[in-house]
Amino acid sequence: MDAHLQAATQAIQERFAGQVSEFRDQISLIVAPQQIVEVCRALKDDFGFDMLSGETAVDYWPAQEPRFHLVYLLYSLQHNLRLTVRVPLNGNSPSLPTLESVYPSANWHEREIWDMFGVRFEGHSDLRRILMPADWEGHPLRKDYPLGYEEVQFSFNYDEIDARKPYAKE
Amino acid sequence: MSETTEITLNELRHLVSERAIEGDTVLLNMGPQHPSTHGVLRLLLELDGESVINCIPDVGFLHTGIEKNMEAKTYVKAAVMTDRLDYLNTVGNNLVYCLAIEKLVDLDVPPRAQAIRVILTELQRIASHLVWLGTHALDLAAMSVFLYCFREREKILDIIEMCGGQRMMATYIRPGGLWRDVPVEFEDTVRQFLKIFPARIDEYEALLTKNPIFQDRTKKIGVLSRQDAIRWGITGPTLRASGVAHDLRKAQPYCGYEQYDFDIPTQTAGDTYARYQVRMEELRQSVRIVQQALDKLPLGPVNSNNRKYVPPPRSELGTSMEALIHHFKLWTEGFSAPAAAVYVAVESPRGELGVYLEGNDGPKPHRVYWRTPSFVNLQILPLLSKGHLVADLVALIGTVDIVLGDVDR
Amino acid sequence: MLFGLACCAIEMMSAQASDYDLSRFGMELMRASPRQSDLMIVAGRVSRKMAPVLRRLYDQMPDPKWVISMGDCASCGGVFNNYAIVQGVDEVVPVDVYVAGCPPRPEALIHGIMTLHEKVRGEQIKDWA
Repeated sequence: MDAHLQAATQAIQERFAGQVSEFRDQISLIVAPQQIVEVCRALKDDFGFDMLSGETAVDYWPAQEPRFHLVYLLYSLQHNLRLTVRVPLNGNSPSLPTLESVYPSANWHEREIWDMFGVRFEGHSDLRRILMPADWEGHPLRKDYPLGYEEVQFSFNYDEIDARKPYAKE
Repeated sequence: MSETTEITLNELRHLVSERAIEGDTVLLNMGPQHPSTHGVLRLLLELDGESVINCIPDVGFLHTGIEKNMEAKTYVKAAVMTDRLDYLNTVGNNLVYCLAIEKLVDLDVPPRAQAIRVILTELQRIASHLVWLGTHALDLAAMSVFLYCFREREKILDIIEMCGGQRMMATYIRPGGLWRDVPVEFEDTVRQFLKIFPARIDEYEALLTKNPIFQDRTKKIGVLSRQDAIRWGITGPTLRASGVAHDLRKAQPYCGYEQYDFDIPTQTAGDTYARYQVRMEELRQSVRIVQQALDKLPLGPVNSNNRKYVPPPRSELGTSMEALIHHFKLWTEGFSAPAAAVYVAVESPRGELGVYLEGNDGPKPHRVYWRTPSFVNLQILPLLSKGHLVADLVALIGTVDIVLGDVDR
Repeated sequence: MLFGLACCAIEMMSAQASDYDLSRFGMELMRASPRQSDLMIVAGRVSRKMAPVLRRLYDQMPDPKWVISMGDCASCGGVFNNYAIVQGVDEVVPVDVYVAGCPPRPEALIHGIMTLHEKVRGEQIKDWA
């Protein structure tokens, strides 16, 4: 592990009781939901992780505790280092503070996570759906949301599907 | 299906200024179907006469649910869907997805495959920049540049079709290497292209770079400062035009990029003209990289030997029992990846394209998150457009170089 | 009408550019406004958010009007069989010619347009009145 990265992860471990894990030379820190803003502020101000590459969530349904893992991909331009921060969240109405004050680019990322997973962000300036239509119900990327596929038309069921399909009339 | 939902002003109150609510300024919809929005992007403009007070992008009109759909397919079958994300950088999308799989399952790639991957990725970068240049110039009313760019692009599409069988969505790069080796006429065709292309770049520059109309429409339009670019997570030519010399091909090299000698073009002005200059210089650097990769092209296999992930050649199926078993397992179930996560990023023509891939010990990925550059880069459009005219907005959308497939996934 | 949505739009642009020139067939004029066009080439995948917009634009076109569904996603949903894509644009607008391909080659699009020309030649104005 790079020396700077080692120093950063050690500091976060001490101050915030986070855990460190490593896989194929990629380091990830696991912290609690309410600490995420301070952790990221510390990483940005003290250790130079100035860019939020991406932010996403992973759904582990049917496991309920934790159900979601929020993944923050941080990048340091000066030191050329990557760091992943993971936040485990409970499945019942998940919410955590927004990262907009630390990284402005988190705005649209968090809107997308709200749209796709239903994770609320407290303090977000503009939490509304971004990719789905505004009146859509449900959060598509959750594992209990169906893929919504249409049955494939083969020659044996062609006529049945043809009768059911909503063709547009003029 | 024919009802539209209206978003009332109440829901957008927090985004528009006070003058809009009083009725002092006009709220204009630059709708999803518009010749200059490069796809289905909806912009809600708050205008005071002709100048833009605020611009609120509304995306999602091309949302395809690719991430969820990839969770329902095996790793190799999901590679087909990766082409359709950033449809101007299809080879690059395949590349980053295969790099992520290879990192996750720890699969090696032979050097010949890496070199061919680099050649095709750089040719794809040239093709993508040509479409950007053609449409950007077309929006600024330089129509002949559009025709010239597409003439060159056809040559690149012929090369990709020669290797992969399809002009745009070839899915040529597979986990472990390539689909098949390049045909015999590949090298000559690429050399022929490299011989004529630098003169063509000079042709485009002769038409645009010193053109007073083009300069008037692009200089000092959409100035992005260095701090803003870093704060908003901007990557790619947009970042390099604001003075940050950062390119993932040099910073975190992949696929053997460290062997090749090339420069990172940077400008400091941060306006539309600077972004144009950066991309034009990138065309020349890509030609350099392809030339070096082609000269150093090693001989050897194009696929890894690891039969657990890469199918054996069909000639072996008649003689070897293990080959038959591997083929059977790969075709019926597919290979499995460990329950862990990796994040791999490459430099696409638009910026940092990254894949966060998480497996679950099964043949299908648990989560594929695409960190797409256009999604992040589009966030600065409101920032860039404040105080400019509606006509400049067209130049700004072109200069940020968004591809809606990337934004909406 | 310029209705390029996704990847097929790039092939439509290639069909218009000099290598596969569409103006040989008199089709080089691409209007942006639906009020002035009589052919809508739906090029690309139509998402559920875009479908009402598509229908509205189709309604705004004056008669006689034709629709070419270009590409697999517009014809049948294509590669994407999921919640977000309309499985075939003929659920939204009536289609005259389907052009297959993902994306269809510019020559395939030209073939589709020629097929439409044949179809139009067989129609009479009183079919539309």
